[in-house]
Amino acid sequence: MGVVPLTKPQRVLPRPAQGPAALGDRTEDAIFLKPMPSYRELLQQVKSEIDEVDAAHAARLLGDDDPPLFLDVREQDEWDEGHIPGALHIPRGNLESRIEGAAPDRERPVVVYCAVGSRSAFATKTLEELGYTSVVNLAGGYTDWKRNGFATQLSRALEPDQRRRYSRHLLIPEVGEEGQLRLLDARILLIGAGGLGSPAALYLAAAGVGTIGIVDDDVVDESNLQRQVVHSTERLGEPKAESAKRTIESLNADVHVKIFRERLTSENVDRILGEGWDVIVDGADNFPTRYLLNDASVWHGLPVVHGSIFRFEGQVTVLKPGDGPCYRCLFPQPPPPELAPSCAEGGVLGVLPGIIGSIQASEALKLALGIGEPLVGRLLLVDALSTSFTEVHLRRDPACPVCGESPTITEYIDYVEFCQAARTQV
Amino acid sequence: MSRVRIPPTLRAETGGRVEVEAEGSSVRDLLDDLTARFPALRGQIEHANVYVDRQDIRTLDGLDTALAENSEVILLPAMAGGV
Repeated sequence: MGVVPLTKPQRVLPRPAQGPAALGDRTEDAIFLKPMPSYRELLQQVKSEIDEVDAAHAARLLGDDDPPLFLDVREQDEWDEGHIPGALHIPRGNLESRIEGAAPDRERPVVVYCAVGSRSAFATKTLEELGYTSVVNLAGGYTDWKRNGFATQLSRALEPDQRRRYSRHLLIPEVGEEGQLRLLDARILLIGAGGLGSPAALYLAAAGVGTIGIVDDDVVDESNLQRQVVHSTERLGEPKAESAKRTIESLNADVHVKIFRERLTSENVDRILGEGWDVIVDGADNFPTRYLLNDASVWHGLPVVHGSIFRFEGQVTVLKPGDGPCYRCLFPQPPPPELAPSCAEGGVLGVLPGIIGSIQASEALKLALGIGEPLVGRLLLVDALSTSFTEVHLRRDPACPVCGESPTITEYIDYVEFCQAARTQV
Repeated sequence: MSRVRIPPTLRAETGGRVEVEAEGSSVRDLLDDLTARFPALRGQIEHANVYVDRQDIRTLDGLDTALAENSEVILLPAMAGGV
């Protein structure tokens, strides 16, 4: 068997000793003839072309009402050991590719720093080349900043395995390490571990939401498995809350699951909602629970990501107390029992709750991260049969019986369940 | 003539039709015409919210909201299912 010899391609570099004559008339190569600048010379050159501030000046800027963006270009381990409070972290090597996404406003003043002010000098020059109009380098860097006793922030950092698991989140400027840590601290409560709760539970768990609460008093039935993907055939007869907990834990050990094997009632709603949740995902299947949850969430000041489904169609909105309408602003009272759609003729395309529940999960993550524009004041209507998404505008009703100017409902109401079949069908 | 979107929970009353046409220069007239065409809707649509060109009529002129040619009307009753 022949072995192909691996030869390194020879790079032919003009040797300065040869002098211009040896290169004939290739004058464009003249640059190679200048002695290569040393690192020190290059740094000096760059420093002469940029503006710098010292630590005291930077500290004053940080205290401004509208402080400049502090950009830390050091490596991850250096950042983890402490940084300037509120700084944005982009390691020098990723600067060009990530800065536009993280800081799109090129007019916003930027203070760049590294450990001693050298790497950040080059980064400052790079930002200027990228069109950032007001960039200064922190002379003396973080070392000088610390030596002067100015405020620092110790970052709680992700573990290496978490950095791998959530790497696709870390790459998104709107999430990043800070956002991921926020998700790991987030507490999201799911009402129902059924059609809507299943995809929501799976995606929230995969995303690393640190605490997921599940309220469900039902057990897994064979007719659930056509759409309730958090459960499985081997879990038939098991309480849904337990089954969902087991699935979540096998998906992501970072998630703590707190289960409530009960049905939301006026008796337990304050206890359950009072456990410090950031967001509630409403995947209930009946009016009494939805109205009870609405009133409680208004009084507890908790945002609810509302979803409902029927056959091929679903609806999603975010009910955020104080910011937008509550459910009673839309529908002040549940419909009279005799008009409630017959549950027996209901039915749902299995994937529909997958679509609606996933949108709910997306909204819940946005609320937990404080990013984007949640569906507040907008009701999204989804039709899977025609594949159409329609939005209608919702508004807060000043005459709303719960969140209006003079509320008429001030106590919990346990509405009578008018469709018992709905629950057994879940 | 306005196009009226029938919610999935009320389609039994419109013979399964997703969208129907009805006439009226105001929402009130339109709903009257709609219930004349589909009597089974009577007593049901009173509990539905009405959106004209994506706006809740309660933020417009209520049942007196004027309809233009080609107005798009959506009926939306509360829907509880999360199954």
